[in-house]
Amino acid sequence: MSQPSMSKSMTVGESGLAVLFAVTAFLCVIAAAKALDAPFAFHAALSAAASVAVVFGIINRYFERPAALPPEEINGRPNYNMGPIKFSAFMAMFWGIAGFLVGLIIASQLAWPALNFDLPWISFGRLRPLHTSAVIFAFGGNVLIASSFYVVQKTCRARLAGELAPWFVVVGYNYFILMAGTGYLLGVTQSKEYAEPEWYSDLWLTIVWVVYLLVFLVTVIKRKEPHIFVANWFYLAFIVTIAVLHLGNNPALPVSVFGSKSYVAWGGVQDAMFQWWYGHNAVGFFLTAGFLAIMYYFIPKRAERPIYSYRLSIIHFWALIFLYIWAGPHHLHYTALPDWTQTLGMTFSIMLWMPSWGGMINGLMTLSGAWDKLRTDPVLRMLVVSVAFYGMSTFEGPMMSIKVVNSLSHYTDWTIGHVHSGALGWVGFVSFGALYCLVPWAWNRKGLYSLKLVNWHFWIATLGIVLYISAMWVSGILQGLMWRAYTSLGFLEYSFIETVEAMHPFYIIRAAGGALFLIGSLIMAYNLWMTVRAGEAEVQAPVALQPAE
Amino acid sequence: MKAILTVHNLASDLVTTVWTPAFVAIFLAIIAYALWPRNKAAFDEAARMPLREE
Repeated sequence: MSQPSMSKSMTVGESGLAVLFAVTAFLCVIAAAKALDAPFAFHAALSAAASVAVVFGIINRYFERPAALPPEEINGRPNYNMGPIKFSAFMAMFWGIAGFLVGLIIASQLAWPALNFDLPWISFGRLRPLHTSAVIFAFGGNVLIASSFYVVQKTCRARLAGELAPWFVVVGYNYFILMAGTGYLLGVTQSKEYAEPEWYSDLWLTIVWVVYLLVFLVTVIKRKEPHIFVANWFYLAFIVTIAVLHLGNNPALPVSVFGSKSYVAWGGVQDAMFQWWYGHNAVGFFLTAGFLAIMYYFIPKRAERPIYSYRLSIIHFWALIFLYIWAGPHHLHYTALPDWTQTLGMTFSIMLWMPSWGGMINGLMTLSGAWDKLRTDPVLRMLVVSVAFYGMSTFEGPMMSIKVVNSLSHYTDWTIGHVHSGALGWVGFVSFGALYCLVPWAWNRKGLYSLKLVNWHFWIATLGIVLYISAMWVSGILQGLMWRAYTSLGFLEYSFIETVEAMHPFYIIRAAGGALFLIGSLIMAYNLWMTVRAGEAEVQAPVALQPAE
Repeated sequence: MKAILTVHNLASDLVTTVWTPAFVAIFLAIIAYALWPRNKAAFDEAARMPLREE
């Protein structure tokens, strides 16, 4: 390895992958030719083209690279692999804007249904999963992959395992997103919320995810630090559990291997229970555990303070692991699900208050001795406010899981409001904070292009969230109360369309909130773009920098 | 319900009976590990890991 004069040859990975993708391209051409429906033909053709592109990419990369593979260490310091992180961070920003934009469109469609334009491809029913998948899996997923690859390298002091494998993960994952998203627009869906992609996309994701797990695990195994940092535990829980959930919820039998339609293995209430076991743990392990890993690394790093209590972080982690997996049935209150199962789900949801708030306190108290930085560093402020939103939405969630509360809130906009206080406030802000840290670090810039713009982003987005969630609370509770209102004669007081009419003003306010959130993300994209292109433009000390009296 | 005695039934009965106390015991052991006074120094060191890289 140390001989630079050795002759250049392809690694097993390079030649193997090139051959594998050449075969895949061939198979995809056959699948496209024999396809039973147009969307499947489109996806097969797209996959054939993508496979050919990958083969060329691998060969081209081989000719461009030096004979020796990148060393594990340079001058005794780990030779960190930043390429896949940069790619994922870029894609996160791209999908984020796309996902927020589609969210704004469907919010506007709810307020003004004419915006459906009577076109199937942009009807609410197809755009809604596009929105949820784009923000959760495309935006959130890329943030998690980028940040996990960064954190695992830094805290293990080891180069990311594999050369092509990390690239396979980031490119393969984004290709999954592309197939899922275009599928929704063409009407391809297995109609499971947050698990809409059809069988062939699911199979592809399974392969990508296993490689992701291997890259992460092998990096941890070859670490130079004896201790495995707590953030890596959270990332690992996220990766392992998502694999289990994906496999558990998606067994399906395709009608034909040349068609997009499939049927899930089980039906009725079993299917519903599996679906919400999956759904809630996607919240617990994708949207919580993964982003808590971000919290445990980026907040101490940015605040330059140690974690408030490492002991609490261990208890936080294991309590979350032991409790979360049981909370799913609270999505199925007052349904055909056995009553005891509903009560079990409710009980575990309420118990989740403890680890959630323990974690929140741990994140917030990490700022002890550095609270003044909230005034001067808008990135840290974003991270800390995200933790506050985490506390708020993890208080609200267990409360809504209580059956009597749920009897009012279920099927109303309150749920949408709750989800968005978690999604925009917690996941969104912690992701923005992480990207604002990650981009200068990964591209080796001294700092962000402009902290003033981060400040603008922070306030515009915060205002957007406040408009969004307050509108949905009022709307949801109003809706719930109208549905259950009876006249003195025992008739329902309102027809359904009257409740829909009552929502109208709140839908407009919600769309306005979403628009503000989108504007904030555009400011962010400009700021990050300029950071990469130009680096730090203004003096790092913006606005007011008087010491606290 | 399970009139027939099979290895599978025995095993699943055992698991369904034992898992609650087993999980509680594992969780208590984790808490003891986290709070054990002798581990404090190592954990305080670990809390600084993001700050002392490179």
